[in-house]
Amino acid sequence: MTDNIYMPYQMKVEKITWEAPGVKTFMLKFINEDDQNKFSFSAGQFGEYSVYGTGESTFCIASSPTRKGYIECTFRQTGKVTNALSNCEEGSIIGFRGPYGNVFPIDEWKGKNLLFIAGGIALPPMRCVIWNALDLRENFKDVTIIYGARTVKDLVYKHELEDWKRRGDVKLITTVDPGGESPDWKGEIGFVPTIVEKVVPSSANTIAIVCGPPVMIKYTFPVLTKLGFADENIFTTLENRMKCGFGKCGRCNVGKVYVCKDGPVFTLAQLNELPDEY
Amino acid sequence: MNIDGRLVRKESLEKLFKILKANNRTIVGPSQKNGRISYKMVENYEGITSEYIQTTQSPKEVAFPRTEKILDYSKNADGMTVKGINADDIPDIVLWGVRPCDTMGMGELSAIFNWDYRDEIYNSRSSRVTVLGFSCGKSDEYCFCTSVGGNPGNIEGSDILFTQLGENGDYLAEIITEKGSQVVSLASDLFEKAENIVKGKFLADVPVRFEKEQVRQNLEKYFDSEQWVAQSLKCLGCGACAYVCPTCACFDIQDEAHGKSGSRVRCWDSCGFSLFTLHTSGHNPREVQSQRWRQRIMHKFSYMPDRLSVYGCTGCGRCSRACPADMNILDHLISIQEVTV
Repeated sequence: MTDNIYMPYQMKVEKITWEAPGVKTFMLKFINEDDQNKFSFSAGQFGEYSVYGTGESTFCIASSPTRKGYIECTFRQTGKVTNALSNCEEGSIIGFRGPYGNVFPIDEWKGKNLLFIAGGIALPPMRCVIWNALDLRENFKDVTIIYGARTVKDLVYKHELEDWKRRGDVKLITTVDPGGESPDWKGEIGFVPTIVEKVVPSSANTIAIVCGPPVMIKYTFPVLTKLGFADENIFTTLENRMKCGFGKCGRCNVGKVYVCKDGPVFTLAQLNELPDEY
Repeated sequence: MNIDGRLVRKESLEKLFKILKANNRTIVGPSQKNGRISYKMVENYEGITSEYIQTTQSPKEVAFPRTEKILDYSKNADGMTVKGINADDIPDIVLWGVRPCDTMGMGELSAIFNWDYRDEIYNSRSSRVTVLGFSCGKSDEYCFCTSVGGNPGNIEGSDILFTQLGENGDYLAEIITEKGSQVVSLASDLFEKAENIVKGKFLADVPVRFEKEQVRQNLEKYFDSEQWVAQSLKCLGCGACAYVCPTCACFDIQDEAHGKSGSRVRCWDSCGFSLFTLHTSGHNPREVQSQRWRQRIMHKFSYMPDRLSVYGCTGCGRCSRACPADMNILDHLISIQEVTV
C-alpha cells in the first residue's frame, strides 16, 4: 500500500457525554494498539474526524495530552458530518486523522499567571490546554477561567465547571448573556468582554488565552489591551474551514498564512500582521 | 547540462506511436471532440490532434485526477474495513503532445503536493508519467509564458521535447531525462544523429508582457486595493479558470456511499466558488467575489512564490480563453505591475 496521508486512524467511540443542547463529547480509543502507542499530540492541535459514508469534519482535540490512552472531541450538531457523528453510539467506529497544526507554547508559560477566556462552544479547544496546565499545576501561578455562554443550558462541561469551582487553585467566573440566566443562576450575567472588564484581571506576568465566536474575540482583545496585556501575551485560535489539514487543499489560508500549518494557535501580535480575512 | 539532440523525421512520429503501443504503453494525448481538445487515452495515431496552439483542458489530470479515490471502506459484522490506495494499480502513462507551459506546470503542482507533508498518491501518479513535450511554433494573444519564467521551447518538465523545424518540417528531439532515454531505446532507429540544430528560430515569438517579480512586490501592498472589485465585477464565480488551469490544485474531500461500503474521494475545487470557505456557522471569510478573485491572484503571484518558491502560473492563457465573462488575467497582471502603490 502506498503511504497515504489521508488515511484515518480507526477509533472506537468509547463514551458519549451530553454537554448542552446539540453538543456532545466523544471519548475515542484507538482500535489498533500500535496506532495508540505511536500517537502523541500537544495542546492546541486539531484533527479530521470522519463518519464513513458522510465525510470529514475539522475540530480540535479537547482532551489534555497529559491524559494518555484516549482523545476526546466536543462538537455541536450543525452540519452534515456533525449530524452523522451525533447519530453514532457508544461502540461505533469513526475515523480520525491528526494531530495537525501548531501548539500552545505551554512550556514557555512556566512561572506565569494564566487567564483563560472562553465563549460558548469555544471552551473545548481551551479545555485541552486548561487541563494540561492544571495537570502540571505547580508550573504556573494563578489560574483564572472566565467562561460565558448564551444561556445556562449552553454552558458545556458542566461537571468540570463544578470541579474547577471547588478547586482552591483555580478562580472560575462563569457568565451568561443577559436574558440567558435561570432562576437559580448564581454566576455573572453579561457578555464576556464586559465581565472581563468587571473582573479586572492583572496583566502582570500573565498570559491570556482567548477562544470564542469572532464577535466575542473582537470585543475582548481591546479590553485586554486596556488592561495592559502585550499583544505577544494574548493567544487565540483561528478556526477556518479546512479539508486536508496539512496545507494542500487551499481554503484555510489567511493571506500567506495557513491556519492548518502555521496555526491554529496565534498571538494577537501575529493576527495584527494578517489581512482581515478570517 | 549537455542535452542529447536527435533528428526525428516527420513521418517517424506515427511510427514512434505504434512502437510505444506495441510495447503496451498507455498513451494519453490531445484529442479533439466537439471542438474542444483535451488529453484522453488514445489507441490510434489518428486520434491525436496536432493542430492546436493550446489544448482546452490541461493535462494535470494524469497526476491529479478530477475525482480520485483516496480510500475504500466497508462496514461489516466485525466493524469496519478501510483500504488505501495501491500504487501498483496506477498505470504507466506516456503523455504525448504537451506544451512547455504545461510541462512546467507539473513542477508547480509537485511543489504544492510535496511541501511539508508528502502526498504519495500524487507522487505515485506523477512518477508513472513519461512526458513527451512539443515546443510551440505558434502562440496567440492569450499566451504569456515568457512573463512567468517559461518559453515556447522550455525543456523543464519534459522527458523528451520535440520541436518542429518549420511548418511541415522534421523534428528536433531533445532527450532530457532517463525516462526519455527509455522511450528512445524502444525506437532508436527513429532518433537519428543530428548536428547542431538550433531550435530558436522555429519557436513562437511570445513577448514578455510584465515582470513577475514586480507584480509580486506590488501585491505585497495591494491587498486592500479597490482594483480587486473593479477587476472582478464581471466574475461569475463559475470556477472554469481553476478547472482548466495546469497548476490549480485546490481540492475538496467527499465521501461516496453505496449501501454499506463506499469511497472517500478527492475532487477538484475552486477558490472562486462562494461555498469554498463558508463556515457551518454561516460566516464566510471570503464573502464577496472580489475577495475570491484576489485570493486567486495573490495565491499564484504572492503566496506561492513566498511559501513554495514557485509561481502558480505558467502563462498558458487558458483561464482567459475559458472565461465566459471574458476576464483576462494578463490584462489584470499588467495593471497590477503598472499601479503605483
